[in-house]
Amino acid sequence: MDLFAALVLQIVYGIANLVLISIGLAVIFGMMRVINLAHGEFLMLGGYSVIVATNNGVNIWIAMFILAPLIVGLIGLIVEWCLIRFLYGRMVDTLLATWGLSLFFIGLITTIFGAQTATTISPPFGAITIGEYSSSGYELFLICIAVLMIILVYLLLRYTKLGLVARGTMQGADMAASLGVSTQRVYSTTFGIGAALTGLAGGLLAPITGILPTIGAIYIGKAFITVISGGTAILAGTASASVLLGAINGIVAFVVGPTMGEVGLLLLAIVLLRLMPQGITGRFFKRSL
Amino acid sequence: MTINRRNFLKGASATAAVLTAPAFIGQAQATDALKMAVILDQSGGLDIYGRPMVDASHLAVEEINAAGGLLGKQVDLTVYDPQSTIQFYTQYATKAATSDRVDVVQAGITSASRESIRPLLSRYKTLYFYNTLYEGGVCDTNNYCTGSTPGQTVEKLVPYTMNKWGKKVYIIAADYNYGHITADWVQKYVRDNGGDPVETEFFPLDVTNFGPTIKKIQAAKPDMVMSALVGGAHVSFYRQYAAAGMSKSVPIASTTFGVGNEHLMISAEEGDGMIVAYSYFQEIESAANKAFVKRFQDRFGADAPYLNELAARQYEGINLWAEAVKTAGTADRMKVIEALDAPTSINGPSGKVTIDPQTHHAVQNVYLAELKDQKFNIIQTYEQQQPTDTQLVCDLIATPNQSNFYFENGLKAAGID
Repeated sequence: MDLFAALVLQIVYGIANLVLISIGLAVIFGMMRVINLAHGEFLMLGGYSVIVATNNGVNIWIAMFILAPLIVGLIGLIVEWCLIRFLYGRMVDTLLATWGLSLFFIGLITTIFGAQTATTISPPFGAITIGEYSSSGYELFLICIAVLMIILVYLLLRYTKLGLVARGTMQGADMAASLGVSTQRVYSTTFGIGAALTGLAGGLLAPITGILPTIGAIYIGKAFITVISGGTAILAGTASASVLLGAINGIVAFVVGPTMGEVGLLLLAIVLLRLMPQGITGRFFKRSL
Repeated sequence: MTINRRNFLKGASATAAVLTAPAFIGQAQATDALKMAVILDQSGGLDIYGRPMVDASHLAVEEINAAGGLLGKQVDLTVYDPQSTIQFYTQYATKAATSDRVDVVQAGITSASRESIRPLLSRYKTLYFYNTLYEGGVCDTNNYCTGSTPGQTVEKLVPYTMNKWGKKVYIIAADYNYGHITADWVQKYVRDNGGDPVETEFFPLDVTNFGPTIKKIQAAKPDMVMSALVGGAHVSFYRQYAAAGMSKSVPIASTTFGVGNEHLMISAEEGDGMIVAYSYFQEIESAANKAFVKRFQDRFGADAPYLNELAARQYEGINLWAEAVKTAGTADRMKVIEALDAPTSINGPSGKVTIDPQTHHAVQNVYLAELKDQKFNIIQTYEQQQPTDTQLVCDLIATPNQSNFYFENGLKAAGID
C-alpha cells in the first residue's frame, strides 16, 4: 500500500514534469503556430537565472518566481522583436532561425559559464516519508505549482481582456486588426508570456535536475511530443497529453525499466497521432481552451 | 514561403552545409616536425570530458617542445573538435591520417567514437592512442588503450565497498556499450565476492527523472548502489537520490562519478560518502603529481579545470608516445610500436605507467577515494595493476596483427562470466 501511494505520487510528478516543460511551448506553438526550437534553451536560461542569482546571494524564492520568468520573458520579447516577427507564417524559416537561436544560446552560455556549472543549490525542501518509502518534498511542491500554472493560464485566457484579444487574434488576425487590435502587440505579448512561463519552469526544475548549457536538448523532444499530441486546445490538450504520456512513462519505467519507459512514451505518442492526427483535443474536449 | 518538398530540401541542404563547414577550416602545416593529431569533443554533450583533455594535450606538447622536442624536431599539435558527433570523428581521423599525415593520433572519449576511428586508423597505418577509461576488450596492434578498465578499478571497488556496506548491490548504468559491459563486470565481481546483484537497470542518456527508479531501490532495500551513469543529464540522479533522503541510508559507489567533475556540480551534502576508483586523482600526494598540478594551473590560470583521470591520462598517453619515439630513434610506426612493447614505461602524475605488450593496455596504479566536501580523499592505493580483463581474451604477442574488440557483444559473447 505504501509502495502504491509512493508510486502514484511519482507518476503524478512525472505528469507535472511534462506540464512544466511544455506549457510555455503550448502557448508559443499551440497558439501562435511558431515552431520554437529554442524552447529547450529558454528552459536552460531560466535555470541559469536561478543558479546565478542564488549564487550571488538572492533569495531562492525570489530567483525562481520573479527573476527567472522576468529575465526569460524579456529575452523572449527581444527575440520576438528582432527575429520571430519577420517570420510569421513561414514555418520552415522559423524552424531554421530558432534552431540557430538555440545554438547561439548554447554557445553564449558555454562561453560565459563554461561547459559545466556548479548547481550547488539544493531543493529547498527535505524528504517526505510514506511508510517505508521516501520522496523528495520538492516534487510534491512542483506538482502543486504545475496545477497552479495551468489554472493561471486558464484564468488569463478565459477572463481577461488580454486573453480574449489574444484568442481572437489567433483565430482571425485580419478580423482582429480591422476591429482595431494591434496584432503585432498581441503576438509579441503572447510570445513573451510563453517565454516567461518557460523561464519559470526552467528555474523550478534547476534544483532537482541540475543545469548545463546543453540541457535544453533533453527537454525539447518531450515538450513538442506533449504539445502536438495535445492538439489545438492548448490547456486541455497539454494537460491531457501530459497525463497520458506521463502515466505510461512512469508505469512502464517502474515495471520494466527506464529504457522501455521512454519507448512506451514515444510509442503512445505515435499511436495517438495515428488515431487522432489533430491531437487529443482534435477529437475530445474540442471546445475547451 | 509555403512548405513544399523543394523548399524544405533547400533548407535542409543549407543546414547540412553549415554542419560540415568546420571541416574545411584548414590547419597550418609545418615542415620537418613530428605531427600529432588530437580529436576530442570540445562542444556538445561530451565537452565536460573533452575540454580538460585538450588542455592537458596542449600542456604535454608544449613541455616536450620546450625541452627541445623529439629527435631534435618540434612536435606539431593539431586539435580537432568533433562536436560530440561520431561522423566528425571519422572525418577528422581520415583527414589526420591521409591529408595531415600525422605520426600519431591521440583521440576519442566514448567507446563509440573509438570504434568509429580505430579500424580506419589501422587501415591507414596511423598509430592510435585512446586515453579514456573504458570497458576493456580492445585487442589491436595499432591501438594503445592507456585508460583504466574494469579489471583494474571495478575489481577493487566492488569488494572494498561490499565489505564496508553489505552484500546486496543495486546496479544502475547508462544504456549503451560502456554501461552494459561495465554492469556485466560489476555483476561478475559482486558474485565472485559472495554478494547478490539484486537488480540492474539501464538509462538512456537523456533521462532526467529518476523517481521511479528511486522507488524501486527503496523497495529492493539494497545495501549499496553501484552507478555507471554517464553525462550531464544523469547527474540529476544524485540530486534526486539525495533529495529523497536516500544518500544517508543506502550509499553509492560509482565507476564514472568524477571523471566529468560531477562532484563539483552537486553540493557537498549531496555527494558526501560516495566511493570511486580511478587511476588518477588531483589529490594524489606525490611530488610528481603536485608539480604537475601546479604546472597545469599555472598554464591555464584561474579557469583551470579540476584534473581527473581523463586529463591526466591524456597527458601521460602523449608522454608514453614521446618516450617510445625517443627510444626508437624514429617516429616510424612499426619501430615505435616495438619500442612501446619493449615495454615503454614513464613516471607520470598518476605514478608509474607501463605498456602491457600482450594487450597494448597499461599497467597502472589504481586509487580508491571517498568524496567529502567536494574533494576526493584517497583511502586505498593499489600499485601496478594489470589489465586482467583484457588479458583474458587478448594476446598480441601470440597473435600479432589483430584489430578486434572482444567485448563488443558483451562478456558472454567473449566467453567470460
